[in-house]
Amino acid sequence: MASDAVDRARGLPRARSVSPAGGVLALHVISKAFPGVQALAGVSFDVRPGEVHALIGENGAGKSTLLKILSGAHPADAGRITIDGREVLIDGPRVARRLGIAVIYQELALVPWLSVAHNLFLGREREVGRGFLSLKQLHARARDELGRMGLTIDPAVPVAELGIAAQQMVEIARALSEDARFLLMDEPTAALTEHEVDGLFEKIAALRQAGVGIVYISHRLDELVRIADRVTVLRDGAVVFSGRVADVALGDLIAKMVGRPIGDHYPPRTPAPGVELLRVEPRPAARRSRAVVVHTGEVVGLAGLVGAGRTEWAWRLVGASPGRGERVFFQGREVRIASPRHARDLGIGMVPENRKGHGLILSRSVRDNITLTILDRLCRWGGFVDAERQARVSRQYVDHFRIRCPHDGVGVDTLSGGNQQKVVLTKWLARDCQAIILDEPTRGIDVGAKFEMYTLINELSRQGKAVILISSDLPELVSMSDRLYIVHEGDFVAELDARRTSQEEVMRFASGYFEWAAG
Amino acid sequence: MSPSPGRWFTQVLARYGSIVMLVVLLLGMSLATPEFSKLSNLLNVARQVSIVAIIATGMTFVIITAGIDLSVGSLVALTGCIAMTVIDRFGWDYVGVLAGIMVGGLGGAANGILIAWARVPPFICTLGALTVFRGLALIVTSGVPIIKFEGSFRYIGQGVVWGIPVPIVIMAAVALVMQIVLRRTAFGAQVYAVGGNEEASRLTGIKVAWVKFWAYVICGLLSGLAGMVLMARLSSAQPAVGEGMELDAIAAVVLGGTSLMGGRGSVWNTLVGALVIGVLNNGMNLLGVHSHFQLVAKGVIIVLAVLLDAYLKKKR
Repeated sequence: MASDAVDRARGLPRARSVSPAGGVLALHVISKAFPGVQALAGVSFDVRPGEVHALIGENGAGKSTLLKILSGAHPADAGRITIDGREVLIDGPRVARRLGIAVIYQELALVPWLSVAHNLFLGREREVGRGFLSLKQLHARARDELGRMGLTIDPAVPVAELGIAAQQMVEIARALSEDARFLLMDEPTAALTEHEVDGLFEKIAALRQAGVGIVYISHRLDELVRIADRVTVLRDGAVVFSGRVADVALGDLIAKMVGRPIGDHYPPRTPAPGVELLRVEPRPAARRSRAVVVHTGEVVGLAGLVGAGRTEWAWRLVGASPGRGERVFFQGREVRIASPRHARDLGIGMVPENRKGHGLILSRSVRDNITLTILDRLCRWGGFVDAERQARVSRQYVDHFRIRCPHDGVGVDTLSGGNQQKVVLTKWLARDCQAIILDEPTRGIDVGAKFEMYTLINELSRQGKAVILISSDLPELVSMSDRLYIVHEGDFVAELDARRTSQEEVMRFASGYFEWAAG
Repeated sequence: MSPSPGRWFTQVLARYGSIVMLVVLLLGMSLATPEFSKLSNLLNVARQVSIVAIIATGMTFVIITAGIDLSVGSLVALTGCIAMTVIDRFGWDYVGVLAGIMVGGLGGAANGILIAWARVPPFICTLGALTVFRGLALIVTSGVPIIKFEGSFRYIGQGVVWGIPVPIVIMAAVALVMQIVLRRTAFGAQVYAVGGNEEASRLTGIKVAWVKFWAYVICGLLSGLAGMVLMARLSSAQPAVGEGMELDAIAAVVLGGTSLMGGRGSVWNTLVGALVIGVLNNGMNLLGVHSHFQLVAKGVIIVLAVLLDAYLKKKR
C-alpha cells in the first residue's frame, strides 16, 4: 500500500479507464469579493477525469469560496467555468448536480433519522418507483448503489446510527448514484480515525480509476503525498503554486501557503511579562500536550488549524463547557471553574469567536451590553440599577475605546463589526477582568478596526492584563503575540517565541508536519 | 437630511403601532356609536380588560425570555377555587386571597423548574400544566361552583375607589410596578438579555435558569391575582372559568408588538394590546355584531395587526 502510494505520487503511469462522460472541469480567472474581503482574485484551476487535485492554503485563503462557486452556492463576480471546453453557468446547487459536480462537505448533508436507502434517494424517490414507494425496491436499489462502491452497509439502518466514516461513504455513494463526474471533498479526513482514513483513500483510489475527477481540500499535507496527483496552493485568494505533487517538496508547499507579508499593519509591541497569572495543566492522558502558562502583561497566542480545538479549550477554561480533566491554576491557586459566572468572578473573561451568536444581546443597547457583566455592582437596594452610574460607566468606555455610535442608547445591532467587537471586549473590562481570551477578535472587521483592536490589545497588556489570543490569521498571531502555543488535534504540541519564529515554522507544527516528518 | 413624510409615517407606525391602532379604534368606535365614548362605558371596557391585562403583564415577562405560558387560564380557575374553598370553610377572606395568589406562584414555580432546569420546552410544559391545573380545580371543587354573595373579598372585584372600579386600580398598579421591575432592576435587564441571546447571557455570567424561573413565577403570581379579581367579580369560584384566557393574554402581548422570539417588549405595550382587544370586544357588542362573527373578526384583526407590524419593522 505504502509503496503503491509513493509510486502514484511520483506520477508513474497507471491503468486508467476514462469514463466516456469525463471531461475537464476548469475555472478561468475567477474572482469573488465579499464586503471588505477579496476572497478570490483571478483564480484559474482545473481538474481532469481520473485525477486527484489537492487544494491547500491557510484558513481564509479562499478554498471554501472556490468550492462554493463550483457547487453553485455562490455566484462568481467574474470569470468563466467550463466543462470540456464548453462554458457552463452554475447558478444553484441543483445545476451543479446536473452537471455532475458533487460536494462532500465537512458537515455531512444527510437526514439523520432517515434510513440509508432513503438518504441515497432523497428528492429522487421517483427514480425508484412511481406512486407508493416500495421499501423492498428502495432497499434493493440502495444495495446496488452501495455495492458499486464495495460497501456492505444495511440500507434500512438510520444514518444517525452509522459512524462518521460510513456516513461519508453514504454521501459519496449518493453523489455517484447521481452520476457525479467531479467530486469535491472538503477536509474529508477531519473527523476520521487513522484506519478510516485508509478506507477512504482506498475508495478515492477506486474512484480515480473509474475516471472521476476529485478536488481534495485538506490542511494535512501528509495526505497529499498519499493520494494527490496535482496540488494547487491558494494564498489570499490567489494561486501561488500549481503543479505535480511529485515535483515539489512538502517544506516548499508550507513556505508557499504562509509568508503573507506582515507589513506595518501591526502596532509595535514590547513584551514585558510579569508574574504568572494563569496556568493550565493538560489532562494526564494527553501525553504530548504541554502546560499553558500566561503571565500578567503578556499576550499569548494560540495557533492551530480550524478545528484543532482552540475554541473548545477556551470554552472549557471559562467553564462554558464541561472540563476534560485539565487543572487550572489562577493567581497561584488551583481553581475549578464551573461556569462562566465563576470565571467572571475570578476575573477571566472571554470574547467569543461568534460575536453575534455568543457575544452580544443584539436586541439591547450598547449601554446594556457593556454593563451586562456588572449589573450586580450597579445595584442599589432592592435590585434597582443605578441608572446614572450605569450611564456614566458606559459612556466612559464608549469614549475611551472610541466605540463609534450616535449615543450609547442605540441598539448594538446598528454598530459596525469592529465597534461591536469592542463592546464585547468592553463588558469584560468593565468587570475588571485580569485575564482575557480573545477568540478571532478581528474576524470580519475592516482593516482600520483591526488596527484599533491591536492597539487595544497592547494597551491591555500594558495595564498588566493577561491576553490569550486565538487567531487563524497567522501574520496577526505572530505579530501580536509574545509567545505562541501550537494546538494540533486538541493538544498543545509546541511553544514558540513569537519574536523568533516564522509563519512557516508555526504552520509546520499546526499542520502536523512535525509528526509526519519524525515518523 | 430629514426623512420623507411617507418614511416618517412608517417609522412612527412601526414604533408606536399599537398605540396608533388603539387611538384609531377609539376614534372609530366613538364615531360609529355615541354610546362608546361615555365615561361609564370606557370604565366598563377597562374593567373588562383588567383581568386579561394582569395576566398578560406576567406573560410579557415569560415571552421576553422567549418562552410561553399556556397554563395561565387554568391557573386562574385553580387559584380561585382554592381561595374560595379557604374563604368558604374558614371565613378568612384575607388568608384565602393570599393563598390563591401563592398557589399561582407555586404553579408558576413548577413550570419554571421544569423549563429552566429540566429543559422541558415551554410550550409542552405549560400545555401539560394547563390540563393539570384545570383538573386540580375540578378536584378541589368536586366540579361544582362555590358561590358566596357576601364577604370582604368581593371588594377586589366589585369595589370602587374614587369612582374607579378596583380591578382597574389593580391593573394599573400591576402594570406600573412590573414596568418598573422590567426597566429599572437588574432582574429586568437580565430578562431581556436571556430572551435576546441565551448563550451570550450564559457566557456573560448571568444565571439563565434562575431568570427564567422567576419569569414563570411572576407569571403565575399575576395569574393568581387575576384569579382573585375574577372570583371576586363573580362572587364565586368556578372550575371551568378562564378557558382560552391564555390565548387572550398572548394576543395582548403580541398586539403590543412583542415578538414571540423574545428579547423585546414592554408592559406598556402589552397594556395597550389588551386595551385594543377590549375596545374591539366592547365596540362590536355595541354595534350589535353577532358574537359568532366577533370571534372571526377578532382573530383576523390580531393576525393582520401582527403582519402589519412585522412588515413595518422590516421596512424600517
